[in-house]
Amino acid sequence: MTYEGVPGLVETVEQHGETTLVVDPARVVEAGMHLRDVEGFNFLSDVAAADYRGWASHGVAGYIGTASGRDLNAPMTQGYQALPKAKPKRFSVSYHLLSVSERPRRVRMQVWVDDGEAVPTVVPVWPTADWHEREAFDMMGIEFSGHPNLKRILMDDDWEGHPLRKDYPIGGEPVRFSEAE
Amino acid sequence: MATAPERTRAPVYEGTRIPQPIPTVLRVPQELRDTGDVMTVNFGPNHPSTHGVLRLIVDLFGEDVVGLEAVIGYLHTGFEKNMEQKTWWKAITYAPRIDYLSFQNNELVFVLAAEKLLAMEVPEKASWMRTCLCELNRIHSHLVWLGTSALELGAISMFWYCFREREQILDLFELVAGYRMHTRYFQVGGLAEDIPSGFYPEARKFVDWMPHAIDDYEAMLTRNRIWLERTEGLGLLSTADAIALGQSGPVLRASGVDWDLRKIEPYLAYASVDFAVPVFSEGDVYARYRVHMDEMRESTRIVAQCLDRLETMDGLPWTADDRKVVLPPREELHTSMESLIHHFKIVTEGYRVPEGEVYVAIESPRGELGCYVVSDGGPRPWRVKFRAPSFVALQATATCMSDALIADMIAIVGSLDTVMGEVDR
Repeated sequence: MTYEGVPGLVETVEQHGETTLVVDPARVVEAGMHLRDVEGFNFLSDVAAADYRGWASHGVAGYIGTASGRDLNAPMTQGYQALPKAKPKRFSVSYHLLSVSERPRRVRMQVWVDDGEAVPTVVPVWPTADWHEREAFDMMGIEFSGHPNLKRILMDDDWEGHPLRKDYPIGGEPVRFSEAE
Repeated sequence: MATAPERTRAPVYEGTRIPQPIPTVLRVPQELRDTGDVMTVNFGPNHPSTHGVLRLIVDLFGEDVVGLEAVIGYLHTGFEKNMEQKTWWKAITYAPRIDYLSFQNNELVFVLAAEKLLAMEVPEKASWMRTCLCELNRIHSHLVWLGTSALELGAISMFWYCFREREQILDLFELVAGYRMHTRYFQVGGLAEDIPSGFYPEARKFVDWMPHAIDDYEAMLTRNRIWLERTEGLGLLSTADAIALGQSGPVLRASGVDWDLRKIEPYLAYASVDFAVPVFSEGDVYARYRVHMDEMRESTRIVAQCLDRLETMDGLPWTADDRKVVLPPREELHTSMESLIHHFKIVTEGYRVPEGEVYVAIESPRGELGCYVVSDGGPRPWRVKFRAPSFVALQATATCMSDALIADMIAIVGSLDTVMGEVDR
């Protein structure tokens, strides 16, 4: 299965049995329309944003648990040697698409943006994106330009900061009605 | 597969009812607003019929619901942020608490995601036991849904009947895992403990009894005049709108789509069990009720088949023999230096999970429950995101609310089967 006709396609990644289509953020609506109408991905399962701040800045440690890494004498199986592959930008937004049809299949459409860059909304393509995009905005601070109702969804309207960002501290939230306030 | 079995049947409604421009907000038409008779009422977040802490801002014209906006977030607890701080092994504990009615399924989807990254093989016995518990959990979740939804419409006795059987299921979970809820019985690699031998006879008793219990429920509701009048033709959702709004599970199947991930993308042992997928095409509250009832019957059948199979598997391994990921057997810690080291390393440092991102979806009692995880190759997940079916189901409230009265709103919101813990995460 190839997706070469997708507008704005940057690269196709096959990993863990899943297909990721990295597309140009500016053309995400076009790509979405193509995937919905031509490829038949009529169902948007999820919009998941991830913050890669600090990714690959240090090696990762731990006890190896992969099928390929059983040999303790092989490099990268112990200690701090492993460094994950660098990412193009700080945030990724992944659209998990599903085809509800006779031929069910999944694909992930992904865009990469830096802090302050906006992604065009896909609400006109899949109405279910409404709350998913609001959640990504609320939790990660990613703007979705053209969204009809882009406001916080899980946090208070007057909340400061975006809790799922990697630089948002754990335990750093203000305690309401406390002495320290 | 994607369309209703009877194509000749008239569509639930013509065109689309998804509000514009905001798909989740029903706006009051200006000419109605100008009459000065529209009253805005705040409903919730603390109201017994909101299944938790859902807040609805409702515009009423007499008793008609003419505007609606759902406000969520009152139960946001930052599960996803917390899971990033824990090792994979410890993060499993968080997953079941996200949806406190379908805890086994939530636990399963996270464990499956980790196993997919690890490319791990799970013993057959563990798969069958997972299937068995997930189906018991589905019945449990549907029972709580049925009991509370009927209670809200005044059928108080349903609540007592449903909680009677729910108690039996929780007793079974306690027998297996030691906890009634949030069992954390699924581990990466298999199960946390072997299945206690006393489980099979107790589960058999339940499986034999459950069809009679469902007959009882149906005797009270399915042909009940009041129940029919409160549920038929209400909360309509057409096939096209359900797909556009990302609805899944019983809501989608009640809108005429034969879609069940247990059949479409079989996981665990679902490819080897015989069960039917109930589909109704009316798209109303009553159809959703019927889907839930039939699913409980089918789940009971699946549990019985799992028990048949599990009883032949005595003595087989219940977890993968992979000392880099799975805790060594307890007794080995006293005799084997290696096992002691493995145990210490897994508990303190955690196991590494290969770099990558996966999205795993399963059919939870509420629909497509997805888990998107990113690993940087270290012992902690970099990002965990749950695709909560309840979160998506609530987006359909504004569409379903066309021509509804305020009293119908309770039935409609209830029929979408939302759990606020999962909505807000």
